Amino acid sequence: MAAPILRCARPGRCWSLDYRPRRSRALFAEPVPGRVRGQSSAAAQEPRPGAHEWAAVVGLEIHAQISSNSKLFSGSQVTFLAPPNSLVSFFDASLPGTLPVLNRRCVEAAVMTGLALNCTVNKKSLFDRKHYFYADLPAGYQITQQRLPIAVNGSLTYSLGVGAQWSPSATKTVRIKQIQLEQDSGKSLHDDTRSQTLIDLNRAEGQLRVDANVSVHHPGEPLGVRTEVKNLNSIRFLAKAIDYEIQRQIEELQNGGKILNETRAFDEKLGCTVSMRDKEGKQDYRFMPEPNLPPLILYDAESLPVAADPQQVVNIDWIRERLPELPSVTRGRLVEQYGILPEHSFVLLNEDGLLEFFQTVMKETRAEPKKVIGWILTIFLGYLKQRNLAVSESPLSPSSLAELLNLLDSKVISLPAAKQVFEELWQNQGKTPGQIIREKKLELLQNQEELEEICQAVLAKHPQQVMAVKNGNQKVVNKLIGIVRRATGGRADPGRIKQILEKQLQ
Amino acid sequence: MLGLSLREVSAALKQGQVSPMELCQKCLSLIKETKFLNAYITVAEEKALKQAEESEKRYEKGQALGVLDGIPVAVKDNFSTAGIETTCASSMLKGYIPPYNATVVQKLLDQGAVLLGKTNLDEFAMGSGSTDGIFGPVRNPWSYSKQYREKRKQSHHRADEDSNWLITGGSSGGSAAAVSAFTCFAALGSDTGGSTRNPAALCGLVGLKPTYGLVSRYGLIPLVNSMDVPGILTRCVDDAAIVLGVLAGHDPKDSTTTQDPVGPFILPILRDVSKLCIGIPKEYNVPELSSEMQAFWSKAADLFASKGAKVVEVSLPHTSYSIVCYHVLCTAEVASNMARFDGLEYGHRCNVNVSTEAMYAATRREGFNDVVRGRILSGNFFLLRENYDDYFVKAQKVRRLIANDFVKVFNSGVDVLLTPTTLSDAVPYLEFIKEDNRTRSAQDDIFTQSVNMAGLPAVNVPMALSSQGLPVGLQLIGRAFSDQQLLTVAKWFEEQVQFPVIQLQELVDNCPTFSQHEKLGLVSLKRNLSKTKDWRYYGESKRKKLGPCRTNTFSQIKIKTNFTSHFGF
Repeated sequence: MAAPILRCARPGRCWSLDYRPRRSRALFAEPVPGRVRGQSSAAAQEPRPGAHEWAAVVGLEIHAQISSNSKLFSGSQVTFLAPPNSLVSFFDASLPGTLPVLNRRCVEAAVMTGLALNCTVNKKSLFDRKHYFYADLPAGYQITQQRLPIAVNGSLTYSLGVGAQWSPSATKTVRIKQIQLEQDSGKSLHDDTRSQTLIDLNRAEGQLRVDANVSVHHPGEPLGVRTEVKNLNSIRFLAKAIDYEIQRQIEELQNGGKILNETRAFDEKLGCTVSMRDKEGKQDYRFMPEPNLPPLILYDAESLPVAADPQQVVNIDWIRERLPELPSVTRGRLVEQYGILPEHSFVLLNEDGLLEFFQTVMKETRAEPKKVIGWILTIFLGYLKQRNLAVSESPLSPSSLAELLNLLDSKVISLPAAKQVFEELWQNQGKTPGQIIREKKLELLQNQEELEEICQAVLAKHPQQVMAVKNGNQKVVNKLIGIVRRATGGRADPGRIKQILEKQLQ
Repeated sequence: MLGLSLREVSAALKQGQVSPMELCQKCLSLIKETKFLNAYITVAEEKALKQAEESEKRYEKGQALGVLDGIPVAVKDNFSTAGIETTCASSMLKGYIPPYNATVVQKLLDQGAVLLGKTNLDEFAMGSGSTDGIFGPVRNPWSYSKQYREKRKQSHHRADEDSNWLITGGSSGGSAAAVSAFTCFAALGSDTGGSTRNPAALCGLVGLKPTYGLVSRYGLIPLVNSMDVPGILTRCVDDAAIVLGVLAGHDPKDSTTTQDPVGPFILPILRDVSKLCIGIPKEYNVPELSSEMQAFWSKAADLFASKGAKVVEVSLPHTSYSIVCYHVLCTAEVASNMARFDGLEYGHRCNVNVSTEAMYAATRREGFNDVVRGRILSGNFFLLRENYDDYFVKAQKVRRLIANDFVKVFNSGVDVLLTPTTLSDAVPYLEFIKEDNRTRSAQDDIFTQSVNMAGLPAVNVPMALSSQGLPVGLQLIGRAFSDQQLLTVAKWFEEQVQFPVIQLQELVDNCPTFSQHEKLGLVSLKRNLSKTKDWRYYGESKRKKLGPCRTNTFSQIKIKTNFTSHFGF
């Protein structure tokens, strides 16, 4: 963490941000000004070239938890929402004499992340101890990778979305400074009424924690003093905190004040950042090499020792070969393959399980991709959001939707009927669209003679309207179509009715 | 019986000459009788008897687990022992009962060894006298030996003055006293800067510091992780090799242990030393070395030479920086390792509860002695951002230079280095405490600590008795992972010097200051000792081939001239 640098990032999709008690930390860095604010205020006190303009520089430290079955340095299990302190090994409790043992799976996950983020993976990395006293840090230090982390110097290219509009051409790249493996601290539960703090050594359960470093300066001038806003736990709060902090710093400087190099917290209720007074005294973490872990050595196909036990070594090339398709590649492929809009590809990837759902539907339906994406993004996703469900919790299977779309496509049912069937499918699990259509008699009338008879009967009953049409008022045809549709219980295709009526009216 | 070697007692157990229960009971009563030595902090009598009983059943079925089955051992109180209090001789851990066994403890138990108890030490193993723990100092059994008492009489000291009892050295003094007084057959110590070899030298024992990474540290409450090694204290080299054979090898719980196959540690009898090259590091000839010690060192070198070994003077040029370098690295790791003792999860907690920070401060102030607190403060100072490069990084570089010194010497063809272990023989407690812990540690570790910096194996082998009638030991240092070779040479040396057995039968008469209870204990110790037919208890060592004990003959000879005269450089 040298000079203020912009560290900005979207966590890669392969990095599952689930509730796991160890984490990898990624530092994202970009030296270009992130948010440039035009300073509309005419009250700038020292008018000079560029003085009215401010540039903000933002760097992020992202703590993401690794999806693994056991902890980073101990064999104890990782289970979401396990009872407090039920998954604590002697090492996790920092009993004297215990030693850390590195979890291979976590190393592989870190290498995979490094590769996905275009980093240089270090074949040798080191572990360090970072010291501070806190109740949820039972050893008095945290094992991390400060000096020589597992991966460095990466980048992530992303598209910029402003509001609801995506402009795929506006791509940006953030630089990633480093990725490091780091032991998580425990979780403190403060009971203010009894002035007690309870500690859960299962480890913290925050899915994502971000610290944002923010500074502002005039373009062309040296970078400003930075502040660090700690423990931001959602993307929304992160954006709010950064916006607030930039504005606060600009106002502070414009009023002749100074920015302190301090740690701040984001008050979610008030929407502002506040100085963390308890950490005002500058922390010195007294970093020291972790003597109980030898240097972490990674291999590639070239350096792999001949007789190496595959269980004992991590091979970078092996992981590279197994790297899943990266999100940007997937999005590009979707746009090309299905002709869908880029913004739709983002939604498909950002919603866990939605891409797989879409692809399964696509495999089983003849419907146009654009129609399918419309159904999935507006109707299907709308239902899920309304009910606060994940894709995996959907009562509707992709096969059912595919069948429904096929029936719609082959004009077995009308669009309104299809929507009705969709509703039914949601309520009555286990039934197929076909069954619902039959039970509710929703299929379109296909029998030409029957349709012609109904039309004939309608015309016979409405001589006035027939006269009007014959007098040249074509609008009345629509009225007649509506009457025929009502007569069929909504099961006739309006196009076909129109054809028949026009023929009969001639 | 209690003076037998491991192999002998194992054979006696197999042949039914003695049962595990008898052996255990004998040891337990001897522990009670020698309670004044303060060798044990905790005696796990009930557990030990149960283990002995189980061992007895195994012997009855002819299903002994291994060479240690039924053999009583002791473990320094800084190794975690499941269900047995583990204190590190500190208020901080008083009452702490670990839920797990250190790997080395588990390995001993897996072999059927009977764990008698936990031995005394300096608080958190920080010290070189075994005088600075909360349970008080350990007394050197040699204080009560016939050999020492007689010498004191000769030099017109009042033979009955008990206030002049001697220290054991440290920090594994409890383990050394326990083995030396025959209360167990072997004991575990720990060795960070000499803590096993130093008390072994002062108590007339074999004290082995294995190669770093050969023996698991899991469960050893750390002093300096990068230098700590479980140590072995026994009465002969073969015993140390047997115990090493049990303990050595990769431990998945300790990532710093070697993954390569190790052992076996069976020692061949070395008949020809002519192919052996013994290095004598000239930097170890320091002014503080007693002339008597120097003479013994010289004598030992002569011995090797006279039997055909090549003895060469070598240089370890960075030796003099070892003490200060060790000070920085040791205190830095101590500061880090001690951070976990905050009163929250285990151990001592103060009554202050105004804030978490205040609780930490008071707990740590109450729980640690001045020595530990001093090292924590120094260590944190060295680790501060503005000091790190000037102290810690520099010390690491010096450590590398010290380690390279050894590498160079061994690459030049030297097989084993021969050095003194201590500056002198054991000193009386009252004299020892005149200096503070830091000064003493710096002085006393002078020959031993650079070995820990380099991670090498080293062993103290008792050589002879000093003019005061006290043990004098020499240190042999080997290449990394050449422990077996090192012990083979040590065994040869042991055979040559025929170090005399401690004679404790005079103990009672010469200790009028003991309480009645202690006297009774000593009487029975005397009885025990006289009952045995083992020659080791009796007097005149039949092994005076060299007559090395008449130290005055050699004390005048300057070690340097001696080497020069023999090897022409």
